[in-house]
Amino acid sequence: MSNTPPLPRWADLILLPVINLFVALAICGVIIAVIGENPFQAFGVMIKGAFIYPESLGYTLYYTTNFIFTGLAVATAFHAMMFNIGGEGQAYVGGLGAAFAAFLVGPFAPWFITLPLCILGAAAFGAFWAMVPGYLQAKRGSHIVITTIMFNFLAASLMVWLLAGPMMLQGQQSPQTAIFDTSAHLPKMSEIFAIFGVKIAKSPLNISFLLAIVALGIFYVLIWKTRLGYEIRTVGKNPEAAHYAGINVARTIIIAMAISGAFAGLMATNEVLGVHNRVILNFTAGYGFTGIAVALMGRNHPIGIFLASLLFGVLYQGGAELDFEFKSITREMVLLIQGMIILFSGALAYMFNPPLARFLVRIGLVKGVQDA
Amino acid sequence: MSDIELKTSGDTPARFALELQGISKSFGTVRANRDIDLQVPSGTIHGIIGENGAGKSTLMNILYGLHRADAGEMRIDGTPCKIRSSADSIALGIGMVHQHFMLVPRFSVLENVMLGSEGGGLLRAGRGATLDTLKRLGETYGMVVDPNALISDLNVGTRQRVEILKALKGGARILILDEPTGVLTPQETEQLFEILKVLRDDGVTILLITHKLDEIMAVTDNVSIMRAGTMVGHRETAQTNAAELAELMVGRKVLLTVEKGPANPTEILLSVDNLGAVSSRGHDVLKDMSFDLRGGEILGIAGVSGNGQTQLLEILTGMRVPDRGQVNILGDKISKTSPKNPRELREMGLAHIPEDRHIHGLVLDFEAQENVVLGYHRDDITGTGALIDRDVINTHCAERMETFDVRPSNPALNAKNFSGGNQQKIVIAREIYSNPRVLIVGQPTRGVDVGAIEFIHKQLIALRDAGCAIVVVSVELEEVLGLSDRIMVMNDGQSVGIVDAADTDVNQLGLMMAGISQEAAE
Repeated sequence: MSNTPPLPRWADLILLPVINLFVALAICGVIIAVIGENPFQAFGVMIKGAFIYPESLGYTLYYTTNFIFTGLAVATAFHAMMFNIGGEGQAYVGGLGAAFAAFLVGPFAPWFITLPLCILGAAAFGAFWAMVPGYLQAKRGSHIVITTIMFNFLAASLMVWLLAGPMMLQGQQSPQTAIFDTSAHLPKMSEIFAIFGVKIAKSPLNISFLLAIVALGIFYVLIWKTRLGYEIRTVGKNPEAAHYAGINVARTIIIAMAISGAFAGLMATNEVLGVHNRVILNFTAGYGFTGIAVALMGRNHPIGIFLASLLFGVLYQGGAELDFEFKSITREMVLLIQGMIILFSGALAYMFNPPLARFLVRIGLVKGVQDA
Repeated sequence: MSDIELKTSGDTPARFALELQGISKSFGTVRANRDIDLQVPSGTIHGIIGENGAGKSTLMNILYGLHRADAGEMRIDGTPCKIRSSADSIALGIGMVHQHFMLVPRFSVLENVMLGSEGGGLLRAGRGATLDTLKRLGETYGMVVDPNALISDLNVGTRQRVEILKALKGGARILILDEPTGVLTPQETEQLFEILKVLRDDGVTILLITHKLDEIMAVTDNVSIMRAGTMVGHRETAQTNAAELAELMVGRKVLLTVEKGPANPTEILLSVDNLGAVSSRGHDVLKDMSFDLRGGEILGIAGVSGNGQTQLLEILTGMRVPDRGQVNILGDKISKTSPKNPRELREMGLAHIPEDRHIHGLVLDFEAQENVVLGYHRDDITGTGALIDRDVINTHCAERMETFDVRPSNPALNAKNFSGGNQQKIVIAREIYSNPRVLIVGQPTRGVDVGAIEFIHKQLIALRDAGCAIVVVSVELEEVLGLSDRIMVMNDGQSVGIVDAADTDVNQLGLMMAGISQEAAE
């Protein structure tokens, strides 16, 4: 038993993540100062690089989109107490699903048929890639962490083979598919705004950002408003009680993993359908793994996941700007900053819980000891 | 602050083996102990009694160095002392026998007793010394145990003896026993008490923690009563009675017996035919179980826990598929080839109050209102639309909390923040509200305080009188006797016999629990 008074919900959801973030930034600031740059100036560049410069906001939100999808994937599985490390592989295979639909339907059908099928294909392939580990966990007891990691490698090998083999564009040397027909291109935001006569800077940001926002809403309703969500949470919090309640625990785990994989697969809509319009090698670029930190930091809640995704979007885009502007701050330095934030808001998320809780009691914001 | 002079041991001058003054301890916002004073005369058996959650175990854990008190003083044999760890307390001559045994099952008795005093890099010296100690203690106190027997081969009563030997080996002069009789048959309990008396006569001071009044009356010299984290009184056992102690524990007068009229059995609603179950290791855990149960009737199932009751409950409620035989329930059949899952059974009119509310009955991290629909979440109780209607659930929950007097009556509070009794009321409210025709109950009042026990018993009797067929499994013999119309005793996965509750007593049931047939037990 610990001697820590419980932290109120608002402090747990808002104050604690903010403290974690600032501690991480402070340590980064010290490191930047040590290598001889002005940390405040550096953070200023980061903020400008993420929001102020033309096209920067578009890039930030484009990264955010990826993190929302992979963060939702981790969070969905987590509500069933499944640790889905396989978002990377599921997103990768999701790209394959989108490509299949694009190549099979794209040449013959208009966009309003092709695009939904591509999106569905991405979700379905991602779902399948997560469902197999889900099945192995639920029915065979193979640990989900191990199997999802293995499935990342399987996905990577499969995609290398496909992209360098059967699916490679004829007559060239780079491992990627042919460009999809335009009916399978998700429109860019700048194009959409242009229709309404608003001119915004060109960036990779596309319609899939809105899809991600919808996904956040779907996630919320699914987990907290549906009977399936209730069953998923029951299985996650107490599988024995779920069994007692007549919930099929194995089936619920498989379904939760499938939904989780579908969210991860949808990441491909951004990269494959929205940006590259083809499948290229390693388009997932680690977004699947960062999704774990996003879900952790976002406390598996849609609003938290959105904010955490935005933060990582800022780090990615602003970090690239840092690398560009400062000679001594290299790409590796930017990775270090990202790593610090993942460390403090992920792995050490609750390190400041006890002191914060005691502090809140001391300043009288929270009622402390009460009668038993 | 002792109310009266406590009885001390015979001719020695009144000396206290243990004195506590102003002990307080908080966990988060919960004050588990508040300003506790306690004086234990040396060479006596001192009972500490209180409801679950009254703070008894916390106090003992402070004494044994597992928790540290926030405030207060402690004196042992008159000497002030600070206990920071269990090593300190052992050095001060305090031994503790925990509610859940701290033994390594795959070790022998000797190896277990040696733990903590292996004596250097090689075991030889420590082994010899421990053997001598075991022999000496065995002779002095009549606790002979084969030092080479594996713990896993011993019965519960003997394991407990090993725990006591372990504590005494370290030279304990103060022995704390935390709820020692929960897992024992009445006969084993008797033996334990005999041992305790011998120890006391040898000058060992014994602290007996329990919530069972009859044990306090049977074996202690003095008793201290705790309620809600405070010490509410000290009594000399000979000068008090169970009713007074119960009143002190609960803070009001309680009925210790169950009031009920005669049963009016109707048609057979549940019939069990040659039921058998095999554990995952291939052992028979349930054998040739057969009985009938009619509506308007309560069948109690008595037995030391772990004798197949759990498996029987699991099969009756669809959580486990029987390996042999069948169950006929409400006109339908459950067998290995035609199993039913818990949901199907619920839809047929079966309700289930599980043995362990923390494991099965509740999702502790869920709000009370989410728990009130557990198992019924596909029904209209969560609203009739495609999505869950939280307002409907909230109304349901508030209504039940009112009827069943759940405190605090806050549907949005997480289940883990309710006391044991109130948690159990949430489970019972949920299951009784579904208007079952067959109700399967495991340990209806385990870890529930006396006041809530009375309420829960009344609810079960009312349901019986409304025509429900009820199976009650309980390790509390008094409860089985009080509630049941008929009692089946289980031993080693089998039914030892079924007796009328009116024609039996604790003695007969106790013998039957040990596996002695009904006729021989009479």
